[in-house]
Amino acid sequence: MLSSQNGTAGGRTLPEGEALLSVRGLKKVYHTDGGDIEAVRDLTFDLGHGELVCLVGPSGSGKTTLLKCIAGLLGATSGEVLLDGQKVTGPPKKMAVVFQEYGRSLFPWLRVADNVELPLKNAGVPKAERKKLVDDALEAVGLSHVPKSYPWQLSGGMQQRVAIARAVAYQPEVLLMDEPFAAVDAQTRADLEDLIRNVWKKLGVTVLFVTHDIDESIYLGQRVIILSSSPTVVQEDILIDLPAERDQLETRSLPRFTELRHHVYAEIQKAKQGHRPEEAKTKFLTNPK
Amino acid sequence: MSAITSTAPAEARQAKRRKSGSKFPNGFWGLIGIVTFLGIWELVPALGIVEAAYLPPASEVLMTLFADLALTAFWVAVGETMLAWFIGLAAAVLLALVLGLVIGMSSFLRRATNSTIEFLRPIPSVALIPLAVLLFGTKIESSLMLIIYACFWQVLIQVLYGVADVDNVAMQTARSYGFSQIQRIRDVIFPTMLPYLMTGIRLGAAVALILAITAELIIGAPGLGKEIQLAQSGGAIAGMYALIVATGLLGVAINLCMRIIEKRVLSWHASVRGENAA
Amino acid sequence: MKLLKSISFILALPVLLILWWVAATLGGASFFVPTPADLGKTFIETWVGERMFTDVLPSVQRLVLGVLGAIVLGVLLGLLVGMNRTARAITEPVFEFFRALPPPVLIPVLMLLVGINDGMKIAVIISGAIWPVLLNTIEGVRAIDPVQNETSRSYGISGLARIRYQVLPSATPTIMAGIRQCLSIGLILMVISEMFASSSGLGFAIVQFQRSFAVPEMWSGIVVLGLIGVIMSFIFQWIERRVLRWYNGLKEVENAV
Repeated sequence: MLSSQNGTAGGRTLPEGEALLSVRGLKKVYHTDGGDIEAVRDLTFDLGHGELVCLVGPSGSGKTTLLKCIAGLLGATSGEVLLDGQKVTGPPKKMAVVFQEYGRSLFPWLRVADNVELPLKNAGVPKAERKKLVDDALEAVGLSHVPKSYPWQLSGGMQQRVAIARAVAYQPEVLLMDEPFAAVDAQTRADLEDLIRNVWKKLGVTVLFVTHDIDESIYLGQRVIILSSSPTVVQEDILIDLPAERDQLETRSLPRFTELRHHVYAEIQKAKQGHRPEEAKTKFLTNPK
Repeated sequence: MSAITSTAPAEARQAKRRKSGSKFPNGFWGLIGIVTFLGIWELVPALGIVEAAYLPPASEVLMTLFADLALTAFWVAVGETMLAWFIGLAAAVLLALVLGLVIGMSSFLRRATNSTIEFLRPIPSVALIPLAVLLFGTKIESSLMLIIYACFWQVLIQVLYGVADVDNVAMQTARSYGFSQIQRIRDVIFPTMLPYLMTGIRLGAAVALILAITAELIIGAPGLGKEIQLAQSGGAIAGMYALIVATGLLGVAINLCMRIIEKRVLSWHASVRGENAA
Repeated sequence: MKLLKSISFILALPVLLILWWVAATLGGASFFVPTPADLGKTFIETWVGERMFTDVLPSVQRLVLGVLGAIVLGVLLGLLVGMNRTARAITEPVFEFFRALPPPVLIPVLMLLVGINDGMKIAVIISGAIWPVLLNTIEGVRAIDPVQNETSRSYGISGLARIRYQVLPSATPTIMAGIRQCLSIGLILMVISEMFASSSGLGFAIVQFQRSFAVPEMWSGIVVLGLIGVIMSFIFQWIERRVLRWYNGLKEVENAV
């Protein structure tokens, strides 16, 4: 199999100082009794300030591992993650994670508002400010009517909204989302996708959104990074040149949407069959702006 | 919920591998723990923190225990304790199983007996000690009375939970296929209830040992507990500690056996219930 | 109507049992079983008055102190051990041994080490009743959902705040199950430590009645112990319902799916 040794396979990088989040030559190997498992081989890409980037890859491509390394929850075997030029060694203050397992990530013994408030309380935010942040965050996700409910009294989609509100109230610079909508139904999913676009636009936060859903990645992202199958490298890093105003019906019926979808789909199929990028490529399918 | 966990296995597997991949196996650390515990026990009397007359060093106690193991009298005492344990547990299980099935299968009986059960269950079995002495003196029946009373509630409650857990749809299916009452008990209720019953028996087994030893210690029914009391009043302190260690080991052995039996019996049942349901 | 029905469901069987008891002792009390009227009279004569203060309350006080001590120590030690994998592995076999050790055998040991006094009885209760709390706390902490841990880490919830808002609440259902066992073991130990070595207290009084063949008094003592058990159980259930409201609600939702 062709390996990436003859070039750093990678996504788009930015000149030094411009990137908010940089992933450099990230590698993660799990040491086990049955030998080493190389989950992530060599990943390099950058996120600029205020970008919304989707990571898409075949199942088992180490997406969650990558996200946990970026979030500082897992130590990398080699390579590094830089946030604002600072090396990430543990979970940084400026990052918030929205987990796929919302039911397990929200604390069932705390009411909705308390769940959103807990990280702020712990960070020492004064009470009045805390209340405003919690109210605003719940308002932003359309849940200002249920602050006193317990998470498990809500539907799956509403629970994930609570988790998003918690992340938003934490006022992160980078919002990491690990397949957040994998477990909700299609209708709710569409609503949540639009919610993410809105929150992103309103707050100017940088978002890294991991998903296995091709349509979702194209619909949401300004950029889509396609991962190869495990051991993971960047298969391709493409710019999504769809209009900034996205609409579930209109955007998805644009010919360009279909083209991009075809392209990403084909890349993922290639990745599944073991195709590996031979060299670093950052392809822009059309003329870059 | 299944959709949420669907992507978890790979992650969980990795986590598991990482865990078992730690430098030493758990058994090694456990051994260190036991050795440390015995070491402290050895040192406390040696350094005079507690007088050796009250707490003989671990080495002396273990030597006495090994000496005991060669004595017939020791094994007779173990046998007496285990006999009371077994008869008491078996009788309690049988009684609780029959009553639990009868009560559990009728919603009328369930409601009618609920208050009485909730009232009788928390009564401590040791409250019956004077009555047992009055009725049976120091005979094994005294032990049995306490053991049966205490275990009965443990098992009964679990059987009632188990019968209540029977799937309505399964029951209706059985009825629509013309299963007789006996067939319904055998093929629908009993299999559902079995994991609960096993939990009840496991809890009951531990309680039965506690009460067997209590009856022997307090009333003087024959068995290890009586030997402990005799050793204590006779000033054979190392012997007393040796017997106490022996009862602890007996308890560990019973727990282990019960877990193995439970696993065997429920092997086909696999993941029906988490351990925390106990 | 509905209320009437549930009240009759609650009362019917107890009333029937008492009637049966009355009928059975109608021809005069046997030596072993007093009539209900006798028992009632003896109960009031024996326990309402001085004995309440010399025997019942001191026993209950020791029980409460012992049980609270066992819960506090068990939870603290359990958190300490449970949050560290190596500590868990080291202590597991020793703790399993003490859990399996029938607690009454601790009475002769503590008589030797502490002497015969109130402290010894409280020590007996603590040293016997701590194990279910300790082991359940360890298990509860060990079994915490890794996603919850990662959530805490990524939102900077650490140290004491993490224990207070994440670890402890998450382990509460398991801890409460341990406390339930702790209470019944505590009550057993209170009674038999007084039966074994004491000159006052409920256990001592009951054994005295039995030795002097004061059978109705002995029965009344059994009733007192039963009442204490029932009251403790009700208090526990009341607290448990409040503490675990979120957990019961969660389970209900999960089971409904």
